[in-house]
Amino acid sequence: MANYNLGVDIGSTTAKLVLMDKEKIVYQKYQRHLSRVRQTALEMIKEMVQQIDIDTLSVTISGSAGMGVANGAGIDFIQEVYATGEVVYKLAPDTSVVIELGGEDAKVIFYDGGVDERMNGTCAGGTGAFIDQMAVLLDMTVNEMDAASLKATQIYPIASRCGVFAKTDIQPLLNQGASKEDIAASIFQAVVNQTITGLIQGKKINGKVMFLGGPLFYCKGLQKRFYETLKLTSETAIFPEYALYSVAMGAAMHAENSREIPVAELIDKLENSANSETVSSDRLPALFESDSDYYRFVERHSKANVQNRSINEYSGKAWLGVDCGSTTTKLVLIAEDKTVLYSYYSSNKGNPVQVLRQQLEEIYNLCGDRIVISGSAVTGYGEELIKHAFHIDEGLVETIAHYTAAKYFQPDVDFILDIGGQDIKCFRIKNGAIDSIMLNEACSSGCGSFIETFAKAMGYPIAEFAALGLKAKAPVNLGSRCTVFMNSSVKQSQKDGATVEDISAGLSVSVVKNAIYKVIRATSPEELGKKIVVQGGTFYNDAVLRAFEKEIGADVIRPSIAGLMGAYGAALHAMQFNESTILKPRQLAFFEHTSKTTRCKGCANQCHLTVNKFSDGKTFISGNQCEKGLGAADAKELPNLHAWKRSYIENLKPAENAKRGKIGLPLALSTFEFAPLWYTMFTELGFSVHFSKLSNRATYERGQFTIPSDTACYPAKIMHGHVLQLIDDGITNIFYPGITYNIDEHAGDNHYNCPVVAYYSELLHGNIEELKDINYMYPYLDINNQKSMVKTLLPCLQKIDRSITKYQLAAAVRKAFVAYENYKLQLRAEGEKAVKFARNNGNRIMILAGRPYHIDPEIGHGIDKLATSLGFVVVSEDSVAHLAPVQYVHVLDQWTFHARLYRSARFAVENSDVELVQLVSFGCGVDAITTDEVRSMLEDGGKYYTQIKIDEITNLGAVKIRLRSLLGALEEKK
Amino acid sequence: MQDKSFVPFTEEMKKDYTILVPNMLPIHFKLLLSLFRSHGYNLELLESDGPQIAETGLKYTHNDTCYPAILVVGQLMDAVLSGKYDTDKIALIMFQTGGGCRASNYISLIRKALKKANLAHIPVISLNFNGMENHPGFKLTPKILYSMIYAVCYGDLIMSLVNQVRPYEINAGDAEKLADRWTAALGGELASEKIRYRKIKENYKKIIADFAKIPMVRTDRPKVGIVGEIFVKYSPLANNDLERFLIKEGAEVVVPGLIDFCLYAIYNSIMDYKLYGKNKKTYPVWKFAFWLFNKKKNDISQLIKEEGTFDGWTEFDKIIDIAANVISLAVKMGEGWLLTSEMMELAESGCKNIVCTQPFGCLPNHIVGKGMMKPLKEIMPDINIVAIDYDAGASRVNQENRLKLMLSNAKRIMDTDKTIKA
Repeated sequence: MANYNLGVDIGSTTAKLVLMDKEKIVYQKYQRHLSRVRQTALEMIKEMVQQIDIDTLSVTISGSAGMGVANGAGIDFIQEVYATGEVVYKLAPDTSVVIELGGEDAKVIFYDGGVDERMNGTCAGGTGAFIDQMAVLLDMTVNEMDAASLKATQIYPIASRCGVFAKTDIQPLLNQGASKEDIAASIFQAVVNQTITGLIQGKKINGKVMFLGGPLFYCKGLQKRFYETLKLTSETAIFPEYALYSVAMGAAMHAENSREIPVAELIDKLENSANSETVSSDRLPALFESDSDYYRFVERHSKANVQNRSINEYSGKAWLGVDCGSTTTKLVLIAEDKTVLYSYYSSNKGNPVQVLRQQLEEIYNLCGDRIVISGSAVTGYGEELIKHAFHIDEGLVETIAHYTAAKYFQPDVDFILDIGGQDIKCFRIKNGAIDSIMLNEACSSGCGSFIETFAKAMGYPIAEFAALGLKAKAPVNLGSRCTVFMNSSVKQSQKDGATVEDISAGLSVSVVKNAIYKVIRATSPEELGKKIVVQGGTFYNDAVLRAFEKEIGADVIRPSIAGLMGAYGAALHAMQFNESTILKPRQLAFFEHTSKTTRCKGCANQCHLTVNKFSDGKTFISGNQCEKGLGAADAKELPNLHAWKRSYIENLKPAENAKRGKIGLPLALSTFEFAPLWYTMFTELGFSVHFSKLSNRATYERGQFTIPSDTACYPAKIMHGHVLQLIDDGITNIFYPGITYNIDEHAGDNHYNCPVVAYYSELLHGNIEELKDINYMYPYLDINNQKSMVKTLLPCLQKIDRSITKYQLAAAVRKAFVAYENYKLQLRAEGEKAVKFARNNGNRIMILAGRPYHIDPEIGHGIDKLATSLGFVVVSEDSVAHLAPVQYVHVLDQWTFHARLYRSARFAVENSDVELVQLVSFGCGVDAITTDEVRSMLEDGGKYYTQIKIDEITNLGAVKIRLRSLLGALEEKK
Repeated sequence: MQDKSFVPFTEEMKKDYTILVPNMLPIHFKLLLSLFRSHGYNLELLESDGPQIAETGLKYTHNDTCYPAILVVGQLMDAVLSGKYDTDKIALIMFQTGGGCRASNYISLIRKALKKANLAHIPVISLNFNGMENHPGFKLTPKILYSMIYAVCYGDLIMSLVNQVRPYEINAGDAEKLADRWTAALGGELASEKIRYRKIKENYKKIIADFAKIPMVRTDRPKVGIVGEIFVKYSPLANNDLERFLIKEGAEVVVPGLIDFCLYAIYNSIMDYKLYGKNKKTYPVWKFAFWLFNKKKNDISQLIKEEGTFDGWTEFDKIIDIAANVISLAVKMGEGWLLTSEMMELAESGCKNIVCTQPFGCLPNHIVGKGMMKPLKEIMPDINIVAIDYDAGASRVNQENRLKLMLSNAKRIMDTDKTIKA
């Protein structure tokens, strides 16, 4: 007689069934559940029962979405990682590591040396859902993307922390014309890196590695990336045929211990729980109270309309505006009376150049001889590429384009909110000029494309999905943080039985809240303004529009061309031209565009460059961090204190013939501040001092396997690479002290370091295996007391060389502090010099403010050079802080580095030619405190506040837009 | 440095102002409140919960600020704006440690939130032990300070006993009812009587005896320890009622007491003297405080052991020793070395399953929590730790799924241990 055990695995996106008769699988099934969790499970079981004759069976449920089903129906539950662990243990006992990627989870199980199971943290989206999203971005199916990836010739660095970050990296690659094959492979590599940093975390991988879960089962390209990265062979990499069903199998095996029940009873249990809609408590009020409410809303918004005019009947001059955004290309052709002759809005399908070419041909066809394009302008991410490709008359900053368009609808507009596919932009207008600009950070891209991806995942076109949201009775409350979090919140609400209507509306509310509270940081509608214009493709979604009005409690204007405002503004702007340089039909017919990638050899950064070649022989190079790779002759470089500081440190060369041997210091975190101090101290003592090199991407990659907390800031995470680099270079004495109290500059309430800078030495000690084999010194020093320092350092250094005396050390320390003070004096003098230079030459001054370690080229991503290329003289916060008095701020001013920041902000406020741009590392907890404070200091002083969040991201496009917006706004204000 | 618009809590205000207190440790805070009331302060503990608290918090603080700050600001602002109080007659209060972690800025963040709501005139009292701010109307007299120690001691004792009884009680709710009864009674005592240590010790004994009398059945339950950032570790609002979840899933919960955190903070002041020459004047006071807290803690532990039903507490000196094996005692921001030590101490005392809780992106926990897991696992291969991040947007399903994994392993470890014993 058969003894049936059923395992049901309900994950975040799919449901799987496995029916086993003892050891044998008799039935299995795999299906996407499209959020209909209970129903799908039930249907699948019913289908199974029709095919197989079963009386009784034992059941166990598993999977993240299965938890609720199991609870509701009173069926046994087994945690999915545990289930996998059991299966592999039974079927392939010689496995040493299991890597399983699911829809939204990533798991690793180690078997060697005791079972160790790990799951990804909350901030980690590099999984199946991430791959799905990326495929959408490339306008491919997952299968196509997989096939493409196998043809890749190179890998681009893509942020591996979470989906949102990766997106910000991929978009510019697409816009720059990098090949989809390469991008596809790079996406898979990002997933691999994420698994390694997030889950494997420094654990050595030996023996057989088994790969499980849907993505790893289906994507050959992903398999290949794992092969290469983990250096596996066909012997050691195992891809079993049960890769999809391992969890369900584990559950089935576990079911052996469960009570046997008749099939009818099982169906009954599920049916009853499927019908009992449990409404979760966390719901929001409906978007509309009544139908008439809705009609009034529709009526009101139909007023903000721009007239269309038939392109077939018009003759005369016309102007073209193009907005080449991150995901979409928009285009508007206007007539002399500003009516719209032609408009276009579409995903740029990974190749904006092709899209625009087709559109231009179309327009020329429609225009015939009647209409002459008299001017053209382009704005957006792809601005430069498009401008070069099609000889567009002018490129303009997005902010200006949007403001120009908004003014057309609301001449005295004082607040513009634009939510696009990837960006949220807000501008406040005062006295006819842009007064402040706020853009979303890479991390909070809870924007339009998110709703779209979600709609697709749930099987709805976006328009229908949005319409459903309008009817929601009780929108789910999804929180207002990053999209990865929203993903899991949605998952949770599905578990609680939320309808598609409620989820759609809930997502709209989230996007709105994200914009208001996270990007704009407003607490009341009055803070926004009186005449608000909302725009961007996302506002076509009436649910978002309504949610916004409800949240701020006021009516706003949404132009009928909400998604085309950038292009419309560009077109209005182009009206200044009478004759256009844009490619004519004849030239367009011969238009060709090829792109290839190469590495810049201009400097150690070795930027990936994309070289676009056009039929007229012109080239356009992108991807560069500076102007060097463009082949441009070195323009006279403007003073740049970041560069000055870097070269100061690089000139601290190891002494030759040092009698006491080598000592290594990782050039990261606090070493950037104290390099001159340690250098002098150790050199005086007779050591040859070796700093690790300034970072590049490879530095990070060298150490990424040993990082235990992937949400720590990049400057900390890169530290691992520096330490390992020193060890690789054969250094056996490494010094990185713990410094709780930073140098006391008597400029604040206290003078701490942040916890990460203060104690990262401990983490290194605990997590870098190689440090055990060398002499790693991380004493806790009182940097403000030379005597105490000597006392602490002496025993520590005598371990290297017993002949070091207290007297020698004391003398060395004394000289070290003199050198450190000298360095600071020089730095300040250099800062003053730069300011003077700027004033003599009529340059603007930018305080590129952050922490000392932000000058590292890999951490600062060359933003300093970008700023000088835009005509700014760049100074650092510590080179000008002394030019302003100690500040009284509204927060506890207890960190030395931050006190400098506040003072330099004051310096900016007091000088009309000085702007401050704050660099903030993602994950920097203390900067959550400082940014608000610096912003209010600057804005109260009538200054723009510009914040740039930096992480592993290497995309300078967004930064450039931001800095150009700043410049644009400054110019306009003048 | 602090700005000039600082609003002190004056003696005048003490007469008729209501001071709102955000909740963290329900039992302890009730006791502390009774104590302060008896000294003429009109305090009110905010026991509100629900999603609107985080939401209000997000509205009034930078969204990247740590979750506890968002909740504290949210709970206070939710109350301030509720219309229940006369905003000209209330003050707010919050702990302030003055450490190098951003938690020291909670006070500033609360003030900023009030300013945003145009309520900057509401005074915010900083409850600290190092004179960071001056509020003429709010003074920690030696008598109050002394009584506070007992409030903490009582709180720790009751919390520890509830945790040891609740999973095994035959009549559900017995332990909690008893805890409520004692909390109420002790609150009254702390308020009214002159403190006599003999009487307090009598109380300890009675409490322990009362809990021992609750009918229990011993079943096999894995012990799960909770450590972490202090607010998320204790506050059910912040940790999605972690204790209740773990008990429901069949675990016994072990939560290290607040007195250890106090001892840790005192010890850090001593270390500041030793390492950095700070606190020269107050050093003897800190040394005395350290001795005093230690004694008070050990006295209770002794009484628990004497009675015999329950597990006592590990001495703090031992907790220091344990820490020194893996991490420097100079690591003093946030929960610092204490957190690492608590994980090891729990494991050594037989509680190998540990939930390490932290707000998402907690800076000190990068080092002392997640950063120490590898060394801990090297020392104790069978330690079963799960790190859970808490956040306004983090989903419960994710958290519970990871907790379930930890619990599955916990049960396996228990079974293996049993087989070995058998």
